[in-house]
Parts: sequence; C-alpha cells; structure tokens
Amino acid sequence: MTLAIDVDAATVHYGTVLALDKASVQLERGSVCGLVGMNGSGKSTLFKTIMGLLKPDTGKVLVNGSSPLQARKSGAIGYVPQNEAVDWDFPISVREVVMTGRYGHMGFTRRPKKADQIAVDAALERVDLAEHAGRQIGQLSGGQKKRAFVARCIAQESNIMLLDEPFAGVDKRSEATITKLLREVADQGGSVLISTHDLHALPTLADQAILLMRKVLMQGDPQLVLQPENLAMAFGLDPMNRGGAA
Amino acid sequence: MNLIELLAEPLSYTFMVRALAVTVIAAILCAVLSCWLVLIGWSLMGDAVSHAVLPGVVLAYIVGAPFALGALVFGFLAVALIGGVRDTSRLKEDAAIGIVFTTLFSFGLVLISVTPSHLDLNHIIFGNLLGVSAADLWQVIILGAVTFLILVLKRKDFTLYAFDSTHAHALGMNPRLIGAVLLGLLAMTSVVALQAVGVILVVAMLIIPGASAYLLTNSFGKMLIIAPGLAALAGIIGVYVSYYVDASTGGMVVLSQGAIFVLVYLFSPRQGLVAHRLMLLRRRKTLEAAAK
Repeated sequence: MTLAIDVDAATVHYGTVLALDKASVQLERGSVCGLVGMNGSGKSTLFKTIMGLLKPDTGKVLVNGSSPLQARKSGAIGYVPQNEAVDWDFPISVREVVMTGRYGHMGFTRRPKKADQIAVDAALERVDLAEHAGRQIGQLSGGQKKRAFVARCIAQESNIMLLDEPFAGVDKRSEATITKLLREVADQGGSVLISTHDLHALPTLADQAILLMRKVLMQGDPQLVLQPENLAMAFGLDPMNRGGAA
Repeated sequence: MNLIELLAEPLSYTFMVRALAVTVIAAILCAVLSCWLVLIGWSLMGDAVSHAVLPGVVLAYIVGAPFALGALVFGFLAVALIGGVRDTSRLKEDAAIGIVFTTLFSFGLVLISVTPSHLDLNHIIFGNLLGVSAADLWQVIILGAVTFLILVLKRKDFTLYAFDSTHAHALGMNPRLIGAVLLGLLAMTSVVALQAVGVILVVAMLIIPGASAYLLTNSFGKMLIIAPGLAALAGIIGVYVSYYVDASTGGMVVLSQGAIFVLVYLFSPRQGLVAHRLMLLRRRKTLEAAAK
C-alpha cells in the first residue's frame, strides 16, 4: 500500500540556517502521528515541505505516492493553521470558513451546489458547531475555533490532515473532542500528522510519534518515544517538566 | 427651489452628467476592490500602485497605446521593484514602497513636463471630472466593467486569498497568481479612478469605503454591498455639493467619503467609538451594582 506521506532525507535551509537535516518521515494510512520537538526544531518547516510551500534542497517528498502538487490538486491535503496564522477579525462566518474546504469541488466562481451544502452541514454537525455556524469566526472559544478548521478538513474530504499546534490555548473538553475526531478520521483510513506540546496526552492521541530536532531523532510507538532519555535528546535537560509545562 | 429642481438642474449640463457617471463608476469599482485591500493589509500597496501607474499612462499616451496597458505594466513593475528592494536589502517594506512609488511617480511628472502634449498635469494629479469627454467616458465604462466583472466572478478566490492563502495553496490553487491578478485589477482600477479624482486622491477611494464597511459588518458579503453603496452615495453628494458651492469636484468627492467614514467610526452600532464607550460604561455600572 502506498504511504500517505513519504519524506525521504529532506534537507531545507532558510538562507544559511539549516532547518531540516536529511529528515525522513513515513506516515501510513489510517494512523495518527504526533510530531514532537522544541520551538525551532523544524516542525512547521516539515509541514511546509509536505504541502509543497518549501522545496527541499535535497531529498524527496511524496504524498499519496505522487508529488505534493498533484496531491494538493486532488484535494488530499487538509490543513489546520496555527492560531497566530489566522486573522480572527476577518469578516467571515464559521460556515463560510468550512465552505472554503469545498472550493476544490466547485467550479470557476466557487458557487456551492447541494452536495457542498450537505457536506458542510455534516462537517459542522460532526464537530458540534452547527448551532454556531452563523457566528463570526473570532467570536468562538479557543477550542471551537480549532474545531471549525477541523470541520473544514472534513468537508474537504481530505485523506491527509496536517495540524500545527492544534491544542495551544484549547480547553480540555475541546481537546478531547478533537482527539476523538482525529481517531475517527484515522479509523476511516485517513492519516493525521499533528504537532503538539501536550506530551501527556500523546499516547491517547497518536499511535505513532516522531521526535524532531532538525533531524528525525526517532519515529515509533509514543510510549517509547516519550521515554525520558529519548525526550532528553530532543529537549535537553529535565524533559518531562518542560513538556508538562508547555 | 425645491429638492427635485435642486437635483435636476446640474443634469441639464452634459458635462455634469458625465462627471456623475464617471464618479459613480469609479467610486463603486474602487470600493469593491477596497474591501480586499483593507483586509489583506494592502492599503499602502494601493497608494503605491495608484501613483506608480503615472509614467505608464504617459508613455501609453506618447506611443498611442491604451492607457490600461501602460498602467498594468508600471503597476506590476512597481510591485516587483518593491518586493525586490524588500527581499534583497535590509530595508523593510514600508521604506521600499516609499522609495519605489515616489520615484516612479516623479518619473511620470518629468515625462509629462518634457512631452509636448495636451496632457494637463493638473488634470492627472487632481482629476478632471468636469472635462470628461465622451471617449473618456467610454474608456471608463469598458475598463470599469471588465475589472468589476473579474472582481465579482472571482470574489470567493480573492477572499480566500485574503483570509488564508495557505489553505488556497493546500487546495492546489496558486496564491501568487491570485495575488498578481488582484494587483493587476488594482492597476486597472487606478486608471479608471485617475480620471475622476486624480492620482493623489485615488488612494482615498481605494481605502475609505472598505474601511467604513469593515466597521459596519462582520460579513464580507455585506461589505461588498455596503462599501460601493457608501462610495456611490458619497460620490453623488460630492459632485452636487461641488456644483453648488463651486469647489474642487474630486476634492469634494473624497471629502464626502471621509465624512461618511467619520460618522461610521463614531456611530457604527457595534464597532463605533460611541457604542464601545457606552458598552464599557454599562459594564462598569453592572460591576458596581454587583459589588454593592
């Protein structure tokens, strides 16, 4: 079976700064993979490389067995942005945000058809935001905001979901809702790559974990990756405190 | 004189009818575009491109090419130069914008001064609403209609680009292309509005209506109705007032837009200054009552 994501020895520089050093990541279909590393360890760079926003200097990236561009055009890649990357004052409603997930299914003027309306309603229902659909996006709580973007991925029918720090500033209940949703997505054959600081919740969330420090230090079972001596490699001294506080 | 006579009298002059037509078309077009510019944070870019098209317009005049073509070329040249200076030096974008557009604008001024022509510097700088010829009007109508049509048909893509260009990229769209199209439309719009209020005041029409509408609603779809509505209203008021008080027409049009903005800024039901203050006052009273 083709891998959902296959990054093979990708090296990325920003100017002279090395951001990714021969990083290799394989993500199978139907799995949730947690991406763990310090700030500046290359997590966002890895996401950008998978999405084709950055071209690696050396190495290869395959998404669903084809180039990132082809994968994007087929609507395979869904993406949940970091909080800081979103203009929460933008005059757009929750429903309109989720509808943008359907643009790949629409024609030249992006006029929604019946199927698009149904998909958006169903996605809103699944993340439990149907009653807030008309709200301006900034008027949601931290957890609801994330759920709105997860709903966009669901409406898009993407089979690969990339989530950059989705649990930052999110209450425990929303975190549980999102975790459950991502498990469902994986159980239906989707693949989820998620960067997180919440190490304690990692074993419930993910069945794979990656330790990143510009290089991929290890990839495997979350319990194994979370061993203190392994975390020490990625975070330096006193890893559990640091991870727990974040 | 009753109200109907008041409104009808200027319309007995062809030049006033044309002035009104050009004003309303330019105001609506600029206002629609301004909704995206304000949200993307391209207000300064609007300022830059609307000035930088000047040498393009003059050169097009000299070689007998369509004004829009010259404006497009120089609009893109300005954007490319701004990006180039920003990315290849330690200067920040605002400095790059300031250098590039003033230099191009000056180049346009110099070109006008050395070109023997009927081009009147004052008309280009401050607009020439009362001297619009039939040919000018047709150019404004055609250029305005094409630009308007593209803006409206592709509005969803422009809005997604403004809101989340990474998502646009993830869907296989080309955000750079969408941005470039929007900048091209900005250059075309500048040509249309130049006719009405002149190079210097174009930027007002490219910012004020969108900014006013943004303070009035939380829906982008409504912004796209409110902004051109307010702009058209301000345009009509401006032209009439300038007729009766015998003042600069372009100036009066922009002054009307500014006045409407002030009203919105103060009295917008949710975002307005007054509403904000009232809300704070009410909240404090509730807190004080609760404390007692």
